[in-house]
Amino acid sequence: MNTPSYSLLVARPGGNFGWWPRAALGLAAVGVLWWAARGSQVSFGELVKGAPWIADFLSRMFPPNWAFLDKLVLPAIETVQIAIWGTLFAIILAVPFCFLAARNLTPNMAVFHFTRQVFNVTRGINEIILALIFVAAVGLGPFPGVLALAVHGAGMLGKFFSESIEEIDQGPIEALRSTGAGAIQIIIFGVLPQVITAWIAVVLYRFETNLRQATVLGMVGAGGIGFELVGSMKLFQYQDTATCILVIIAMVMTADYISTRLRAWIQKGTR
Amino acid sequence: MIKIRGLVKRFGEFEALKNVDLDVAPGEFLVVLGPSGAGKSTLLRCINRLAEPTEGDIHVDGELVKPDAASLRKVRRQVAMIFQHYNVVPRLSVQKNVLTGRLAAMPAVLSWLQIFPRADIAIALECLRRVELEEKAELRTDTLSGGQKQRVGIARALAQQPKIILADEPVASLDPKTSRTVLSYLKQASRELGISVVCNLHQIEYAREFGERIVGVSAGRVVFNGGPDELTDEVLHRIYPGLDAGETATVSSPRIGGAPAASFNYALEET
Repeated sequence: MNTPSYSLLVARPGGNFGWWPRAALGLAAVGVLWWAARGSQVSFGELVKGAPWIADFLSRMFPPNWAFLDKLVLPAIETVQIAIWGTLFAIILAVPFCFLAARNLTPNMAVFHFTRQVFNVTRGINEIILALIFVAAVGLGPFPGVLALAVHGAGMLGKFFSESIEEIDQGPIEALRSTGAGAIQIIIFGVLPQVITAWIAVVLYRFETNLRQATVLGMVGAGGIGFELVGSMKLFQYQDTATCILVIIAMVMTADYISTRLRAWIQKGTR
Repeated sequence: MIKIRGLVKRFGEFEALKNVDLDVAPGEFLVVLGPSGAGKSTLLRCINRLAEPTEGDIHVDGELVKPDAASLRKVRRQVAMIFQHYNVVPRLSVQKNVLTGRLAAMPAVLSWLQIFPRADIAIALECLRRVELEEKAELRTDTLSGGQKQRVGIARALAQQPKIILADEPVASLDPKTSRTVLSYLKQASRELGISVVCNLHQIEYAREFGERIVGVSAGRVVFNGGPDELTDEVLHRIYPGLDAGETATVSSPRIGGAPAASFNYALEET
């Protein structure tokens, strides 16, 4: 009988120190993980100890209170409405500036970097934080939610819009420039036809994200179904909470499905 | 029509054009012949200032071209350009692509809203008729073949009602039969409308066939200036320094067997 024999096949690391740098790197990684676990109090013991409580909490949510669905219809619609206007405002804010943030159309590099940084900053602030700020500024209700989604979304759309402008074929732009067409004419006749499908795909994706975000905006008082979610928890109506969560999951999945389908359809149409 | 004196263009250390003098008469079909990298494109692009000359003066229709925006737009309206890669906007209809040639002449704000003067639409259709593509007017331009796209390019250039057309390797991406068709449309339009054409080519055969006058460019200098019948082997050596006697014989007698000559043209194109 043959005993199969094995051989370790690993490329020897380059450099003069052999395996030592790798070992040091591995040790450092373990160190960082341990340090982060200490800070975040990751503990399997606590998880095991808490398991019965989690089970208890889940059992209180069961069965979901279907009667509560009636009360969720309007907040659910409001959530969609917030997402629609949040997306629209984001587009309106992003479009005029995205041309300045595209390397191939920007009038000069200072403008380019400035616009990119503005997009980065607005994109860098989470929607919930923006919602908190706008709730403080304009009061409770869905409108601060719309504004929060608009500001964050403008940063994200602006970045994607300008990046897709940078990918276009420069040839037609040069051709239009050589006819003596003005800057806005060049954008409308040369740039937009080349980027429009990519833009629509990004906008659909943004709408999907906005809907997901709009479901939690209510937690900070910015309207939508999240408001009901937090309310039911504060009143210990966990069966109502369960209904809310199920509705949110259904909404997000529907939006996800529709937007994926639409994007696939649009991208198929471009070929 | 065009008067170029002492034109120098440097890209960093590299001197693409070394003191070029050139005159183009009204209504003349001038072929600029030379190998790839000789500076033919740069020469054309300096005329409509898609490239900014380093030194030298260019007069178009008796007027000195200055780098300020107003002078630039004025020159570009009179000087149309045709490109090797057609540079048509793929997602616009054939008709709209031709109409972009009129953009500089129409009210800008209305054109943003896709509202065009009837007179301009009539000009666009007339130009499409010249290249015999009027029945394709409604089609999206990316459904056309390469030769048809270049005919759209010619129609767009004609729609500008220019005094000069600069054609930068208009047939380098086309097969021999299509190339002849495209060049014939260009030449016919030039003759009937009295437009001066400056056409870059690297195929000796087409230069002989279509050029009323030929300017040979090699390594950034004009090395030949004369009629097609003056294009001897000795001259071809000056334009294409690497060429040996046997090869020039094949190239300079375009009608020997047709096919080998054509395949040699491709060989030139490769290098």
